[in-house]
Amino acid sequence: MATGMQSNSLNPPELTLGIKLQQINWGLILLLTLIASVGFAMLYSAANGSWTPWAMRQAIRFGVGLVITLGIALVDLRFLMRWAYAFYFLSLGLLGVVEIAGEIGMGAQRWIDLGVFRLQPSELMKLALVLALARYFHRQTFEEVGRIRSLFVPLVLVFAPAILVLRQPDLGTAGMIILGGGAIFFLAGVRIWKFVTVLVLGLSAIPIGWQFLHNYQKNRILTFLNPENDPLGAGYHILQSKIALGSGGLFGKGFLQGSQSHLNFLPEKQTDFIFTMLAEELGLAGALFLLLLYVLALGYGFAIALRCSSQFGRLLALGTTTTLFLYMFINIAMVMGLIPVVGVPLPLISYGGTAMLTAMIGFGLIINCYVHRDIEIGRQGFEDED
Amino acid sequence: MKNPKDQDTKRAFTRRSLLLGAGQLGLVGALGARLYYLQVVEADRYRTLSEENQFNLELLPPTRGLILDRHGILVASNEDNFRVDLVPEQTSDVRGTINALRQVVHVDDWDVKRVLKEISRKRSFVPVTVVENLTREDISRVAVNAPYLPGIRIEEGRSRVYPYGSRAVNITGYVAAVSDTELTGDPVLELPDFRIGKSGIEKLYDKEMRGSAGRRQVEVNALGRIIRKLPGDEGQPGKNVHLTLDMNLQTFAHERLERGSSERVPVADIRVQEALARSGVPKRYLENDDGTVFLDKGGNIVQGESGAAIVMDVHTGEILTIASTPGFDPNNFNKGLSARDWENLLSNPRHPLTNKAIAGTYPPGSTFKMIVALAALEAGVIGPETEVYCNGHTDLGNARFHCWKRWGHGKMDVMDALEQSCDVYFYEAAKRVGIDRISEMARRFGLGETLEIELPGERNGLIPTREWKLAVRGERWQKGETLITGIGQGFVLVTPLQLAVMTARLVNGGYAVKPSLIQRQASDAPVPKMNVSRGNLAYVLEGMRRVVNGAHGSARSAKIPESGFQVGGKTGTAQVRRITKAERATGVIQNEDLPWRERDHGLFVGYAPADAPRYAVAVVLEHGGGSKYAVPIARDILARAMTADGFEASEAEPVEILPQGQPDTDQG
Repeated sequence: MATGMQSNSLNPPELTLGIKLQQINWGLILLLTLIASVGFAMLYSAANGSWTPWAMRQAIRFGVGLVITLGIALVDLRFLMRWAYAFYFLSLGLLGVVEIAGEIGMGAQRWIDLGVFRLQPSELMKLALVLALARYFHRQTFEEVGRIRSLFVPLVLVFAPAILVLRQPDLGTAGMIILGGGAIFFLAGVRIWKFVTVLVLGLSAIPIGWQFLHNYQKNRILTFLNPENDPLGAGYHILQSKIALGSGGLFGKGFLQGSQSHLNFLPEKQTDFIFTMLAEELGLAGALFLLLLYVLALGYGFAIALRCSSQFGRLLALGTTTTLFLYMFINIAMVMGLIPVVGVPLPLISYGGTAMLTAMIGFGLIINCYVHRDIEIGRQGFEDED
Repeated sequence: MKNPKDQDTKRAFTRRSLLLGAGQLGLVGALGARLYYLQVVEADRYRTLSEENQFNLELLPPTRGLILDRHGILVASNEDNFRVDLVPEQTSDVRGTINALRQVVHVDDWDVKRVLKEISRKRSFVPVTVVENLTREDISRVAVNAPYLPGIRIEEGRSRVYPYGSRAVNITGYVAAVSDTELTGDPVLELPDFRIGKSGIEKLYDKEMRGSAGRRQVEVNALGRIIRKLPGDEGQPGKNVHLTLDMNLQTFAHERLERGSSERVPVADIRVQEALARSGVPKRYLENDDGTVFLDKGGNIVQGESGAAIVMDVHTGEILTIASTPGFDPNNFNKGLSARDWENLLSNPRHPLTNKAIAGTYPPGSTFKMIVALAALEAGVIGPETEVYCNGHTDLGNARFHCWKRWGHGKMDVMDALEQSCDVYFYEAAKRVGIDRISEMARRFGLGETLEIELPGERNGLIPTREWKLAVRGERWQKGETLITGIGQGFVLVTPLQLAVMTARLVNGGYAVKPSLIQRQASDAPVPKMNVSRGNLAYVLEGMRRVVNGAHGSARSAKIPESGFQVGGKTGTAQVRRITKAERATGVIQNEDLPWRERDHGLFVGYAPADAPRYAVAVVLEHGGGSKYAVPIARDILARAMTADGFEASEAEPVEILPQGQPDTDQG
């Protein structure tokens, strides 16, 4: 194989561990630690000022997660690319096994216990899909991407897991998989008119789709549109969440002082509704501060993607960033009543092992792209074959 | 070096990543805007909702004010009332706890069923009342056994107590649970065990005695469990009401009035047993609430008298006694009266629920003659030496008006006529002075209109005038009606209180005193004079003195021997039924032989001491059979008032408290 690229001074053939460690984006690591610490504080408050049962365990998880982040950051980017499809099919397989087991077994678990973490294959899938799509689009030229037939494989890659997840039924995760996949399609250069066509078709399908929904599904959507109509039923959670948020005001009720959270009017305050609790206790100021931290962390993702030499790195970095953005956005929009209630955690802050692991792997991938930003990768994923 | 095609994808990626970044920033901006909307624009609304979630307002019922008599004796007070609650979540075995409790205090089977039913319906931390109205002894037994009674809680409440029971119920009134129509929006009224004044002082001074409720915010969680009690407004206890009543005299008067001319005998007495056997009526219908019955002179069981008695200070208007019989026990209302008991109270022909002293109206009969005499004297149509010959009747047109004394009294002046209650004299006096001046004088003495005593339900009575008759009956006034009015019959109606006030105004030197039941802090404005000639008043008073002390006096039995003072007064008998011509010819049936409803009312108004009047008394016996039955009652009450007055002067003498149910011995 040609070695011209490897001799390029800007692209050292192999990065030593020492160099890689230097290249790690420690500013981002600090930012992540800051966000996670906000989470520890809120979990401490959720337990009425106690490290148990949540805050301490969450801190330990973050510590373990940080090791995983760094580990993933140091793996060779080309290794990730070579194994991208393998990860994808492993995840799909796990997802299929768990889904099928969940369907036939009575009360079978939808997660796999890894000791410190309980791994949900559907979470792993979100990242594996990004890897697989990044690899697929890496070898496509802009012209190739423009052809419709080249979209067949990536569409299968997206919809195979999406349909499996929909069967649970987990509308939130399916939506995230499709949106995350769509973002990569967009970044890879799929033509805009195709998105517009799909959007128009989708919107016009809504009245038809409505006919096929079960009554309880219709009710859920109607309740979302007007939660005050059903204050004691399905609308209760979102109404109480809005009361908690709104009553926080500009500067909040004070740390440990959130009456809505501490008197249990707020549901799931340590997991999905933790942002509500933060906004109740720390007010608009605290909530905007957290949003700012997220924007900065995700901003790193954008900057890193733009710095990458390889299309795979770019797509991986920004696809992962977008997936993490979707986590954050869907969670916060949900607790504020902007979108229906779907069980999506707030990355790095919500209590829970899988959520933490997904976020930490995701940031590991992003940092990996930074560490290997100058590596050029050939169209086939091995050395350059030009 | 670089593949130009890669440059295309890179350019596309850069462009689109910036678009994506802008889109994501836009979405984050939307989140920020939504936060601003919820936390700033709508913050007040959500803060209110949050506080409504967080806090429940708990009301602390205020302590109701006491009612005390002039010596500070409690007439209505509050008593600690213990109950036992069960908190289901604090015991693993509800039935076991209840059974253990039943070893200690009595719990009805019915109550056990009710408790189990309530527990199944309520949240497990809501206390359920198991037994109420426990004694201190019961409670201490429960408290000692508390370790074996998980989930059991002793709660203290307050209930209203009337130590004098039926003896003062026409004054105190009673309290009972609030009815829907009485809800005014004051949240304290909605407390489940709150009581409100329903009659008497309790009703009239309800607002003052109620006080204001304390408010405490209670922090609750989403399940309604109380997390924290915040300090709050303690509220104001109700104000005490100090009455002018003398409860010793009140008790005595009530019992004396009720007894009438019969004797109060314990049920255990052999004579009662015999009488019960003879009557065949079950004991419970005849027995008084203190375990006695009334025996008449023939040894038969009789019902207590129905009537009113009032003692008033003639100078200040202070009411020392205002009795109305029969009464009822207000304590029963507090616990909740059964529908049957309430029905019995309503249908009792002797109207225990009516305060006869202020709401019973009766023809005054001869007690009205002082007004007629004074009106005639003041008008100058008669003088003290004017004499009228009584031959037993007066004729007016073709109507004949009889004197109570069939063969007449002979020659009478105004004082003779009062002493012997000669009807013919007052027919003549009324004829001469006319209805207008009689009505005017009656009104000056407080008749025909309410006297604004501090009790609800006072009635006007009726002093007829020409205008009244034309307006109400549509007929002109007849001269004969003036004559009938002259002896206090016909249209005239007065309340016993009005009679007492009339008597006080006659004997206090002509001052228009007003009755009062509430002690005043500072002395009020001086009592207005009535502009009646003192000389004329003196003639009337001399007549009244001779009613008791004269040789022919109609109430000679009102004398109090060896007391060192004289009593004055005037008898009255108010006819309830017309005496027919046939009866007059054959001889009137003795009142005692008539059914109760048809017997005459007996009245007496009096005062003592005659030379320097201090107390006025008025007694009305409904269907009592005539004035002769009212006189001894009035005498005994007056004697007692004068004795009590002596007590009052010497402070060494302790004031005795009469517990309910122990009748004072009658020394009359």
